[in-house]
Formats: sequence, structure tokens, C-alpha cells
Amino acid sequence: MITKKLGVSRLADWVGTLIQHHQVYGPQARDGRFVYDSLASPKQLRLDHDVTVLPPRKYLMPPREVLLKYSREGGFQPVIDSSPLVLFGVHPYDVAAIIQMDRYFTQDNPDAHYLERRKNVTIVACDVQNASENVFAACMGSATVREGYDLLLTLVGQTYVVESRTPAGDALLALAGELEDADPVSLGRREQVWEDAQKLLRRQNLGTVPSELPHLLDRTYDHPLWRQKADQCFSCGSCVMVCPSCFCFDVQDDVGWDLNSGTRRRQWDGCLLSEFALVAGGHNFRKQREQRYRHRFYRKGKYLSERCGFVACVGCGRCVGACTSGIANPVEVYNALLEVS
Amino acid sequence: MTVQATIETGADLYLPQPATLLSKTVLTATEMLLQMRLDSGQELHHMPGQFVEVTVPGVGEAPISLSSSPDETEYFELVVRRCGRVSSGIHACRTGEKLGIRGPFGTHFPVDGVMKGRDVVFVAGGLGLAPLRSAIHYVLNHRGDYGAVTILYGTKSPFERMFLDELDDWSRRPDVKFLETVDRGDVGWRGEVGVITKLIPQAKIDPAKSVVVCCGPPIMYKFVVVSLYALEIPDQNIWVSLERRMKCGVGKCGHCQINGLYACMDGPVFNYADIVGMPEAI
Repeated sequence: MITKKLGVSRLADWVGTLIQHHQVYGPQARDGRFVYDSLASPKQLRLDHDVTVLPPRKYLMPPREVLLKYSREGGFQPVIDSSPLVLFGVHPYDVAAIIQMDRYFTQDNPDAHYLERRKNVTIVACDVQNASENVFAACMGSATVREGYDLLLTLVGQTYVVESRTPAGDALLALAGELEDADPVSLGRREQVWEDAQKLLRRQNLGTVPSELPHLLDRTYDHPLWRQKADQCFSCGSCVMVCPSCFCFDVQDDVGWDLNSGTRRRQWDGCLLSEFALVAGGHNFRKQREQRYRHRFYRKGKYLSERCGFVACVGCGRCVGACTSGIANPVEVYNALLEVS
Repeated sequence: MTVQATIETGADLYLPQPATLLSKTVLTATEMLLQMRLDSGQELHHMPGQFVEVTVPGVGEAPISLSSSPDETEYFELVVRRCGRVSSGIHACRTGEKLGIRGPFGTHFPVDGVMKGRDVVFVAGGLGLAPLRSAIHYVLNHRGDYGAVTILYGTKSPFERMFLDELDDWSRRPDVKFLETVDRGDVGWRGEVGVITKLIPQAKIDPAKSVVVCCGPPIMYKFVVVSLYALEIPDQNIWVSLERRMKCGVGKCGHCQINGLYACMDGPVFNYADIVGMPEAI
């Protein structure tokens, strides 16, 4: 592991060099919010962002992704449309979600499409400088991360402490030129940033620890809260579309103009959408909004925990802001369940 | 810069194998029996109760139960009900046409496990006969390995009865007890009328010796399970096959969840003891 110091004034030069050598995506301001997009200039990069509209998941599992090409006579050819890229400025909770995604797509049946894309991604994480209004990452254990990234940037005063954990990180860091080793003082200040992050990223307070959530859900399946909340649900799926820990997808075929060849793609899908469990013939296994609304919490809070060993929520708070009805907030739901159970 | 990568990360879960449609047989107004073979010449190596994902290029992919016995090595058979986009596309395919196959996927009926040496009761509702037929053929091919064999079959009307020759054969075999009913008869129907649970008391099931294997529409299980309870058949001797929406078949897309279980990997065949009390199961 290499840990260096990079003066704030040198960041732009380094990012500029990275952009010349790599395809770099990072958080940038757009219409009063922040989004990940490709960086054409270091000026666009906003490491002070609070949260992005969509998580960087879109680069690992694109909203639409071609899986294969087919022709009616010629069979099927796999397609993995991936090229190397750098994600610059990823917040710790989003790194935590990528770690979950890695486990999800590796476990049981490894997903070559995901893994091939993942191999091509270098992650430059960045500790949070400004908290978003709904964040509760500290409650979910993802206010800071110590794995899952290639480089980690932490702002301490007028200096970034830059830690590299991988050869890919070393290679990016080498493009910054000569850098001083991080001294004990700046490392100490970094420790302080991490400690402060536990308060900073707790704008909402979950009344329990993540490992308790499966047990909480064990005893609250028939709680009236599910119906009360779901009565206001539009089944729009916004909460799952912005979630860094939602991985469900639909698969559809597209036919080419020759009517002979085409592609098959997968695209994001969400269990809140009314047709998610609908089968041909018309039977819908989760017809009621209440069933779908509840399923989201059970899938994330219990089922994936039992299957993959993680609660599929990192506390980014995106769903809270995305929900048009104001009912998606996991902290509100879990705390209400805690009150009565 | 975008490159089309080759797959180095292991087998591609989503890549179908080319297969050829060998023959089509009309079973009912909406059901078609397809005989298929993989173009590679390899056997499918499935077990009764498992399913494949069938691709109609340009239309899509759908999960379909295997209906032939694993003993058939030259081909495999699928029963497809025309009720959606892909199944209509399958019906429209001509003999000799190329389709895609992924699988076999999922769990299977315990034909080589707890069913052996026991009395076996098949409870088939409507299209549920399709996957059970695979197990029935297997059991009848290895008849000596099992105790008494009972087949209960219920359909909505006489028009929905499938595999008429085989039903006739089963009803004549001295080593098979075959009972059937239709929800609504017609002028030509001389048999039993009523829902399938009506047959269960007639079957004279020995609860101590029997394994019951069920497949049918979601509503059927609610009533069949109650009838089996009345006979005091232990949960672990009841096996059911559950349908859900499926896309990937390999536990990734999230569609087929039954509470914490995946119908594609933990099912479609479940031991009733494993799902009893699970709100989304039955």
C-alpha cells in the first residue's frame, strides 16, 4: 500500500493527465444537482458533491446492456461491450454498494458480463466532504471504506491524502508525478476525517444496527405499516432505479431492420413496478402494491442478507429524495417497525 | 473506444445453445408438444421437473418445463401453452427451425431419491401434467423401483385434456391407478365432474407409504394441500412445482422470488416442508 500527499492545487493537473490517458468519469454539477458523467476537463470534477442522482452502478451494470447478438440461421454470439474506465470521486457508501454487487454477481453463478465490465473499472474513492440531507451511511457501516477501491482520496486541510491499494491505483498515482509520502500528521488528520464521517453521514438515525434488520423483518411481515405506506405508492420504481444496491433486471429482444438478426439486452427492472411478477396468462404473483412495497424491504433487508451476507442498503438516502410520495425512506420504515415490535 | 470482448470470465450464463425443432404435435386448442434436439448433438441431461429457457430469436425467451423422460436421449420434449408473446412465437415456429436453449435449470422431482420404493401419487392440474409427464414416464420406465403408482388428473373441460393416448394407456395399465375429472363436462363426457380434490379420497392414498407430487395452477395447491392434510400426509412427503415470472433462470434477475427463495434455483420443485408457512409460496 502506498500513501502519498497531494496538494489541493495539484489535483487539477493530475486529473487533467488522467483524462489524457484514460476514460474518466466523475461527479459534476448539473441543474443544481450532481451526476456522474465523463470528464472532459478537471474543472468539471466536483469532489465536494454531496450525492449524485444515480450511483456509479450505471457504469458496472448499465441501464441497458446488450447480452448477445442472434440471427435466425446463425445462432447466438455473446456480446460484452466494455472498455477500461476510471471512476473518480466515488463516495464510500457507493464503494460499499459495488462490493455488494461484486459478491452478488460472483456468487453461485458468476455473471461474465458483469465481471468483464468490473475488471475494466478502476475506482478512485473519495471521502465525503459534504453530506446530503438524507444520508444515513454511518448507520449502515458505510460512511468510510477500507477496501473495494484502487485509490482513496481524503481531504485534510489543503492536502489530499491519497492511498493506493492496487497496482491499478499505483499506475494512476504515478501520473501525478513526484509526491511526498503521507506523514504521521496528515495520517492522523485523516483518521479524524473518518471519525467525523460517522457524525457527518448520520443525517438520519437508524434505531438499530444493520445485522438486526433481518430479525426485525422476521416479526413484522403482517405489520399495518406496509399497507399504510403502500397506499401512497405510485409504483413508479424511482426508489429502486436510484438505488446502488438494486440489481434486478429484465431481458428483451430487439429485432434488426433485416428481420433476421438482432440483439438481446438486459435493462434495469424494479420490484415496485406492477408487472415485475406478472406471468404470461395474466397471473400476477405480487398484484397488490402492499406486496411489492414490502418486498423491496424484505429483499434488501432480509432475503439478500440470508443469501449473500449483506443488507442491500448502504444508507446513501437517494431513494428518500427520489420518491414522489415521500414513503421510501428506509430509516422511517425501520424505526416505525422498531417502535411496535 | 468500445471493444467487443470475448468471454474470459467463465461460461456465459445468458448464451443459449442452438437447437432444432424436430416436430410439433397439437395437443389442445392452446397446447403444443415440441420435440427438439440440441444442434451440438449432446444430450440435455435433465431430470423430471426441471425447465429450460427457450429462445425464439427476435421474440424473446421463456421458461418451459421439460416434459419428456430423461430416458429419451434422442430428443427432449416441451409442452407450450400459447398465452404470451414468446409462447405464441414458439407455436409459430416450423419444423426444422432453429431455437435457442439454456438449461436445464432448477430442482427436480425426487425420482431417484425419496420416491424410490414408495407409493407415488401424481396430482396434475391442467398444464401441470406437462412437467409431471416427465416424472411419470421415468417412473413407469423403471416401474419396479416404486410401489403403487397413482395418477390424478384434472382439467377445466374435456377439451383441455392432453396426451389422450397416454391417458388411455395409463387407465388400462394394471400397475397404474389413473383417475381424472373435469371441472365442467359436456354432452360427450362420461367421466367424473368436479375439481381435482374430489379424486383424492378416491385414490385411497396410504399416508405412511406415499410420496405425493403435485403440479398445477396456483389456486390448485391451496385446495390440494388441505385435502392431503386431511389424510395426514406429512409435509416432507409432498412435493410441489411452482411457477413464477423468470428471466435469467440462474438467480440473478430477481423476478422469481418466493419470499427468500428463488423459483429458478431453489425450485421450481419444492418440498412442501420447506415452504409451508411461507406467505408468497401457496
